[in-house]
Amino acid sequence: MAPVLPSAAVAPPSTVAQRRSRTGYVLLFPGMTWLAVFFAIPFVTLFVTSLQTPVPGKSGRYQLGLEFGNYATALAEYWPAFVRSFAYAGIATLLALIIGYPLAYFIAFRSGRWRGLMLVLVIAPSFASFLLRTYAWKTILADESPVTSFFNALHLLPDGRILNTSIAVIAGLTYNFLPFMVLPLYAALERIDPRLIEAANDLYASPVTAFRKITWPLSMPGVVAGTLLTFIPAAGDYINAELLGSTKDRMVGNAIQTNFIEFRDYPTASALSFALMAAILILVFTYIRRAGTEDLV
Amino acid sequence: MTQEPTKAARDISALVRSSLSRRRILQAAGIGGVALAAAACGTGGDDAASATGAPSAAAAADQSDTEKVANWSNWPLYIDIDEESGKRPSLEAFQAASGVAVTYTEDVNDNNEFFAKVRTQLEQGQDIGRDIVVLTDWMAALWIENGYAQKLDKAIIPNSVNLIPKLQGVAFDPNRDYSLPWQSGFGALGWNKAKLKEATGTDSMASVDQLFDPALKGRITVLSEMRDTMGIIMAWQGNDPSNFTEDQFNQAIEALTQQVDSGQIRQVTGNDYAGALESGDVIAVIGWSGDMIQLGEDFGVALPETGGTLWTDNMLIPALAAHKKNGELIMNYYYDPKVAAEVAAYVQYISPVAGAKEAMAAIDPALVDNQWIFPDAATLDNSFVFMTLTGEQDIAYQRAFQKAIGN
Repeated sequence: MAPVLPSAAVAPPSTVAQRRSRTGYVLLFPGMTWLAVFFAIPFVTLFVTSLQTPVPGKSGRYQLGLEFGNYATALAEYWPAFVRSFAYAGIATLLALIIGYPLAYFIAFRSGRWRGLMLVLVIAPSFASFLLRTYAWKTILADESPVTSFFNALHLLPDGRILNTSIAVIAGLTYNFLPFMVLPLYAALERIDPRLIEAANDLYASPVTAFRKITWPLSMPGVVAGTLLTFIPAAGDYINAELLGSTKDRMVGNAIQTNFIEFRDYPTASALSFALMAAILILVFTYIRRAGTEDLV
Repeated sequence: MTQEPTKAARDISALVRSSLSRRRILQAAGIGGVALAAAACGTGGDDAASATGAPSAAAAADQSDTEKVANWSNWPLYIDIDEESGKRPSLEAFQAASGVAVTYTEDVNDNNEFFAKVRTQLEQGQDIGRDIVVLTDWMAALWIENGYAQKLDKAIIPNSVNLIPKLQGVAFDPNRDYSLPWQSGFGALGWNKAKLKEATGTDSMASVDQLFDPALKGRITVLSEMRDTMGIIMAWQGNDPSNFTEDQFNQAIEALTQQVDSGQIRQVTGNDYAGALESGDVIAVIGWSGDMIQLGEDFGVALPETGGTLWTDNMLIPALAAHKKNGELIMNYYYDPKVAAEVAAYVQYISPVAGAKEAMAAIDPALVDNQWIFPDAATLDNSFVFMTLTGEQDIAYQRAFQKAIGN
């Protein structure tokens, strides 16, 4: 229980409770309204749209229906895009963790007075638009760029190029969502009491053991939050596949976009969006249960 | 040469025109649209429906005489601009002469995307806040068919008689009651001269065979606009894109699939190809004539000898537009041959206005014989207008096309 405030102690308890509950609603109001208008209503509309059936004879017009078959047809046609989305997002998340963990560790424990600056540097790319940054990658990975020449000299590229291959898409996803990995990791690592690690060392734990037994478990909330914040948007992303990929790298986001715009097939687009949401939810819940943490930073 | 500023301007415009920025806009618009639809279902849906009935070419009370304004949505880089002041000379002149203040917005980047943005309002019989929109033939056809466009009052547009004969009667609007062409253009071959020479030993291109030359594997792109890409492939296969059967379409899909699967085609893009051609990542493309010409001397453009596509973008007045008459005044102004020549000299697309060629002599004599602005009979004979499709056909062909390109 939270301690009762001195002023509240004077008033009868029921009034305090009432006032407090009303304050709660007032505080909740802006957030809830926002969610209702911009999340709940579109969410319901999306679901309703996903079950619509075409109006006979009128292309691009749909009427209310209960056509659950939309999901079956959408999944039958686009399951490869789902597999690709989760594979690309999964690899990108893993790479972001491998790159982001040492970085967050360094900032949390070793950066000293540079800590503030380094955190700003992690966020700095976000000052430029996501789209522009991805465009920049087109230049970085262009066929005659130093990066491509370097890997080509080592004969590491099966197609002789990086741009418009799955490598470019995964690299783009990793880069674009890296800050979402680093920040929660940093927040978790920074909270670890360094005396615990010292104590481990005093008790003759090797640095590796100390990391394995102390730092890693205590940073788990950050790892879970970071991987979720990276994986979820990456799985739904379509910009990286669109700009950096080829015709063989289309993800679910691209399929939704094509159905929505090119085919004017709103039910299929909605069914794909809903299926993506459901698939991500299932994956996330399984993951959180296995990771055994409910305390996401 | 002062290449730098123009190159920067081009990069920026390429970015603005790129499909990605379109899609970002669309993404936002799509989400907004869904919310709007929901809001309309919950509250205003019944009112809107009963007030206007079915959205069949509905006209609103025209406020043109009380409000001297007009809102015009057009494609980017599609009107003359004074590069120094950033103003649009022809539009400025119209505003000064007519007293109508025009809000000119370059927010049509893609037919499907623009339609997705305003569709909900059109279907519910609401004003989309625009008095003129510019849409390609097949999308204009869809608007007219669904009653989203208003009949033009030709009494206010006497200059409409200047429309060139070739464009006067079109299948979707036989008397041009609802639409007037803005500009036309070609779907054509484009290439980076230096890179093409490096790869194949020649710096010119004349046929689709050259585009599919294995020496260019992974270095070519085609347009995501189904009609241009499929039209050019069908013509290459000896079929007629303006009159084809389903089998012939499927035959072209097969050829496209083969080129995609073999890795010959690197990407399928909207306007993005311009940047890729400049960087040299892409050597040759199926692209649009005006874009290629704007890229400059180092780049080639030609209709394939088997034929390119010819498309037209049309001005329409949306249903319930509040300033219909002002929109018609704009149309009339731009059908003055002198004004049409001014615009054509800048945008380098085909002017639909008879007399513009003669008027061009006073502006830039060098452009009078430019085949890309004033094509002669031989050039026009080597181009096709894509067959008019019904709504169902359009969707079915789009699906086949998108499937071939990885969607």
